[in-house]
Amino acid sequence: MTDMLAIQDEIVAEFSSFDNWADRYEYMIELGKSLPLIDPKYKVDNNLIKGCQSNVWLHSETNDGKLIFTADSDAILTKGIIAILIRVFSNQDPDSIMEAKTDFIDKIGLKNHLSPIRANGLLSMIKELKMYAVKSKTRSN
Amino acid sequence: MLDINTIRKDFPILDQKVNGQKLIYFDNAATSQTPNQVVDSIVDYYKRTNSNIHRGNHKLSIQATTAYEDVRKKLHKYFNSRLPQEIIFTSGTTQSINIITLGYTDLLTSKDEVIVSEMEHHSNIVPVQMLCERTGAKLNVIPMDNQGNLILKEFDKFISEKTKLVFVSHVSNALGTVNPISYIINKSHEVGAKVLIDGAQGASHFEIDFQKLDIDYYTVSAHKMCGPTGTGILYGKEELLNKLSPWHGGGEMIDEVSFEKTTYGELPHKFEPGTPNIAGVIAFGAAIEYMDNIGLDNIQAHEDELLKYCTQELKEIEGLKIYGEAKNKIAVISFNVEGIHHYDLGSLLDQFGVAVRIGHHCAQPVMNYFKIPGTVRISFSFYNTKEEIDLMIKALKRAITMLQ
Repeated sequence: MTDMLAIQDEIVAEFSSFDNWADRYEYMIELGKSLPLIDPKYKVDNNLIKGCQSNVWLHSETNDGKLIFTADSDAILTKGIIAILIRVFSNQDPDSIMEAKTDFIDKIGLKNHLSPIRANGLLSMIKELKMYAVKSKTRSN
Repeated sequence: MLDINTIRKDFPILDQKVNGQKLIYFDNAATSQTPNQVVDSIVDYYKRTNSNIHRGNHKLSIQATTAYEDVRKKLHKYFNSRLPQEIIFTSGTTQSINIITLGYTDLLTSKDEVIVSEMEHHSNIVPVQMLCERTGAKLNVIPMDNQGNLILKEFDKFISEKTKLVFVSHVSNALGTVNPISYIINKSHEVGAKVLIDGAQGASHFEIDFQKLDIDYYTVSAHKMCGPTGTGILYGKEELLNKLSPWHGGGEMIDEVSFEKTTYGELPHKFEPGTPNIAGVIAFGAAIEYMDNIGLDNIQAHEDELLKYCTQELKEIEGLKIYGEAKNKIAVISFNVEGIHHYDLGSLLDQFGVAVRIGHHCAQPVMNYFKIPGTVRISFSFYNTKEEIDLMIKALKRAITMLQ
């Protein structure tokens, strides 16, 4: 497990190397293609995140006290966003996930390119990731 | 021929950069832009005339009332209604439709039937469904074919003595189809049914003569025709509107008020409770004047040219599919590119400065028909140009390459 803040710094550094939007978007598309895909059997309505303009499915499993996230979306840019989030949130313990700060999102300039509706979708994703951590903790107690 | 360069000077909003790129505004079916003349009329009103209308007895109030009522007269002439009071000011098409559906609550029973079409905007579906739920009336839906035309044979089958109301859009917002409203009106009138034409997408493109078309109800949103948001009209024949109950109570709409019995005012006041959007109505008047000066014939000819040119250019793109190819359509093009989500295309076009609409366009039944979650929708207005289309096509091709 790498420290969540270290991963966030890494992402911020990657994004700051682009000086135009097209490169930044192309990188997001690349990240979208590398998203750890959800098992088709979990790609069900129950795992859909509400508040996104495209469909986003999210699933989590626990491995050795850590949460492993997988996801999918029908839009590639959305897959890119969720891939960034999963890189930060996956393979962490529930406490770290629950307490995680997410100001790195502002730092990578992503929000400037999201309309309020899309930004809401991003917040819904973060909320959902944290909810999985809460649920996992409640179960283990 | 329109002098587009001169016209565009009236729209400073078009002359700006977004996301560092020259703005190309192709979302006119959602809202059209507002020329200086219309913006100035709002500013002038608040600077010189602002006052409450109808009840005041002082100079400013009389001026405001006259300006407000002059717009009613202007719209009465523009749309050729029989009487000025048949023009009711509302907040827009959605409210106009709801005034009718609420007004019919006491007039329908479970023995009656209502017709809508499959290609309606949600605002011409949901209020009708609610009316049917309140009254028990049966709802029949006119289906469409894969080109985006209503199947009139099916409409003919639904029409009977039981039919009381028909709700159809003049133009489909998602597909651009111009519906055969004369046929639908005549056929409905044969059995005594009344027809509401949702004109949200119609009034900005065609000259409409309410009397000549024998229209019962017609709805308009000012912001789709160079006017401000939050303003529109409901047109209804006097004898029909007189039969409907008022939808909201309040000041301005009464004849006399006492705790024993309140009586309602005459048209149009019966349907205009409270202080209306006075500045909006006055600006709507300025917008009608502006469009009238350019001429709807000129507007239509220019928009048709843009539609043809853009359709041709889009069809050159591999894997691009256009939804809605009715022979009679306005300058709206809905499309998708194989293997790419409309959200991704819309996001990248936005980065290229191109404003389009993505999603289901408040017409989910249309999307269900084509079994798609949504489309990218381009819609033109008279101030758009072929050069903008060229830039958009270039941006679109680049976006497709990035996403594939």
